[in-house]
Amino acid sequence: MCTMIVEKVKVDGSGKGTSGWFKLEQANVSYDHPFNAPLEHALNIDFVNESQGVGARVAVELSEQAARELVKTILAVLDQADAGGHLARRA
Amino acid sequence: MYQTDMYEGLLAETITMTGTNGDSINAYFARPLGPGPYPAVVLAHHMPGWDQWYRETTLKFAHQGYITISPNLYFRSGHGTPEDVAAKVRADGGIPDDQAVGDLAGAMKYVRELPYSNGKVGIFGTCSGGRHSYLAACRAPGFDAIVDCWGGRVVMPPDQLNPKNPVSPLDYTKDLPCPILGIFGNEDGNPTPEQVNQHEAELKKHGKVYEFHRYDGAGHGFFYHDRSAYRQAQAVDGWQKTFAFLEKYLIPSR
Repeated sequence: MCTMIVEKVKVDGSGKGTSGWFKLEQANVSYDHPFNAPLEHALNIDFVNESQGVGARVAVELSEQAARELVKTILAVLDQADAGGHLARRA
Repeated sequence: MYQTDMYEGLLAETITMTGTNGDSINAYFARPLGPGPYPAVVLAHHMPGWDQWYRETTLKFAHQGYITISPNLYFRSGHGTPEDVAAKVRADGGIPDDQAVGDLAGAMKYVRELPYSNGKVGIFGTCSGGRHSYLAACRAPGFDAIVDCWGGRVVMPPDQLNPKNPVSPLDYTKDLPCPILGIFGNEDGNPTPEQVNQHEAELKKHGKVYEFHRYDGAGHGFFYHDRSAYRQAQAVDGWQKTFAFLEKYLIPSR
């Protein structure tokens, strides 16, 4: 456990893990050792539902650049949706 | 040295042992077949968990003639694939230092009491396991040698301390009772070469017996043959130094 940089955030939505879809409760965002990405450290996001056990997890491991681009892209898409009036329908 | 007409055999299995607070935890255990007596080594697994590499490394040490035990330091975080369990531990900010030290001390006690033990017990760890090994060697009396492979956060500034990691491992250096072998990559970001120098200076200051080896062209985790960090030449040399060191301090008759 080498950087110990981690933040948790509650999330609503669904994730598809090895056993199919499950309800997401939380996203754990860390900058630490990845399990698979060929990087010493990566921006790791684990979408989890701890009430369903440690296997209820959807994981991504991103390079710093990829993570920053993803954040920008998510915000850009939400902005487009907002501009189109799609977000207002939720209220 | 092995000769082609020699008999070899290992026993390897998952066992249950007593860890911190008397808790039962599981461990992977391997030993040479034969009457012994054999030296023993406790393996402290790395941040990615009690994974395939550590189970294979348990066999590797046993094949070299050591009673070997690798306790599941993440036992209390639940069960699943090693990655899923380790991801939970990562999200929780790691495990408490006191818990790791207690589990590793329990593993030491387990192997030392075996009837085919020669009474000598070393400890080996990589990454967070290097750090946990250092803490255990300093705080749990009884280890006869330690191998710290690129243990990160041995040197911790005050602003990194927290309830799980309340004391910088470096501050326990005066209590280290046994020789230490340190293996590091000069391209590692954690520990950095500067932190390795700081660690070495502290060992020197307290008159400890140590060997530190620094490898160019290697970063963090260069023994891991299943990862891109693997560096063949450096890893081969590092393993040779590891087993030479353990033989020197755990097999007195040689």
